[in-house]
Amino acid sequence: MPKITYIEHNGSEHVIDVKSGLSVMEGAVKNNIPGIDADCGGACACATCHVYVDAAWVDKTGAKSAMEESMLDFAENVEPTSRLSCQIKVTDQLDGLVVRMPESQH
Amino acid sequence: MEKANAGVVIVGAGHAGGTAAALLRQYGYEAPITLIGEEPVAPYQRPPLSKAWLKGEADADSLALKPVEFYGEVGIELILSVKVTAIHPAEHRIDLSDGRTLAYDFLIIATGARARALPIPGADLAGVLSLRSAADAEALKAALRPGKRLAVIGGGYIGLEAAASARALGAEAVVIEREPRILARVACEVLSTFFTNYHRARGVEFELQAAVEALEGSGGHVTGVRLAGGRVIPCDVALVGVGAPPNDEIAIAAGLECQGGIVVDTHARTRNPDIFAIGDVSHRPLPHYHRSFRLESVANALEQARQAAAAIAGRPPPAQEVTWNWSDQYDVKYQFAGVPFDVDEILVRGDPASGKFAVFHLNGDVIQAVEAVNAPAEFMAGRQLIGQRRPISRTRLADTTISMKEVAA
Repeated sequence: MPKITYIEHNGSEHVIDVKSGLSVMEGAVKNNIPGIDADCGGACACATCHVYVDAAWVDKTGAKSAMEESMLDFAENVEPTSRLSCQIKVTDQLDGLVVRMPESQH
Repeated sequence: MEKANAGVVIVGAGHAGGTAAALLRQYGYEAPITLIGEEPVAPYQRPPLSKAWLKGEADADSLALKPVEFYGEVGIELILSVKVTAIHPAEHRIDLSDGRTLAYDFLIIATGARARALPIPGADLAGVLSLRSAADAEALKAALRPGKRLAVIGGGYIGLEAAASARALGAEAVVIEREPRILARVACEVLSTFFTNYHRARGVEFELQAAVEALEGSGGHVTGVRLAGGRVIPCDVALVGVGAPPNDEIAIAAGLECQGGIVVDTHARTRNPDIFAIGDVSHRPLPHYHRSFRLESVANALEQARQAAAAIAGRPPPAQEVTWNWSDQYDVKYQFAGVPFDVDEILVRGDPASGKFAVFHLNGDVIQAVEAVNAPAEFMAGRQLIGQRRPISRTRLADTTISMKEVAA
């Protein structure tokens, strides 16, 4: 299973095996990793699963949809590497992915 | 009273209760946590039941809030298929339907709401369904396929989402609504018209201003919906979606203050300092509107789960959120935020005919609520502006050549 490293805003690291086909958000939520709220459960409706994708992985995580782009536009502390983690599907190619969480999702 | 380290007992293992349990552990709460649910399954997400799940696009694993092993791993005792029959606040104790009695230091009531039953003849026929639980959704899904016809009684979100899902599965769908328009209690007329047209164009029929008199059946199974006046709308399955009263009976019996839901403060605490109530069952303050209200949404359930877990674990309270919700019908992403209290103008930004627009509900120059169709920027900016209570320019808000970033600047 692909390993994903989730780094909380306070620096705590969580390395988790996430099944291919799940989203990066689901990998965090199902394992009770703090820092990703995902209030809408992955419908791209709330922007509470915001993460910063490690620079080395930005290309591999694919392009943002117009919907995701618009939602992110109004999230807090957005950076060029910001993504909504519910929109990143985990595949074998993402084995080793590193994402960082913002200070707050609300 | 001396605390006996009985920990937290959570009554109701839905989205709110399950989230509160997980958050307590995430927040470092170390005493026992017991989560009690009437359903035979661990907490799961309900929103997909009328959307992705019903269309076959999500499985049981993806519905689950947490994998089932999670509860054991973090020391949350899950008691399923059991009902809480009484709360004894003075004794910090509850009674369970299996005869047991449990002590608590803190109690969280998360019993939710139930589908309102229709008090009419034939409501107990087979094939007359409601949609609250995974079991309900399973029964509905089994009945929807090409050649079958779904009659939805009640033109609210659940009914409309089910109608859209029925069409996706190849079944026919007719929506029967008592009011002159669908979504009458929950959305403005512009939205009602938009969704009526959108559904009609995809083959859904509507019976508006139609009072349902009875459900007709043959061999114990529903065959049609009889309207006042005698006309019968034939169907193979009927979905009743006419509201959901709160499951607050055990709270009332325990002497907790209830007003169509259990009254709580901004920490989700009831009048009893050791008892919290969260989610659909609570009647909560809406600080942005200086009012109290019962909200029925996942966003509300999660916000109050965070409030209760923070209060119990001794963390600072989370910031007050602007309430919001969403609905998926066909390819339409509908998001709405706030509650349209004290509105003196309804302003439409964009052209509904284009399939991308937003309706802003204003009090003076302050946004009270926003309803956004395929318009995420309007939704996100609107939600933030509602929270800030900051006046905006109505002229600029109505002008789609000015971006929402600029409107909000």
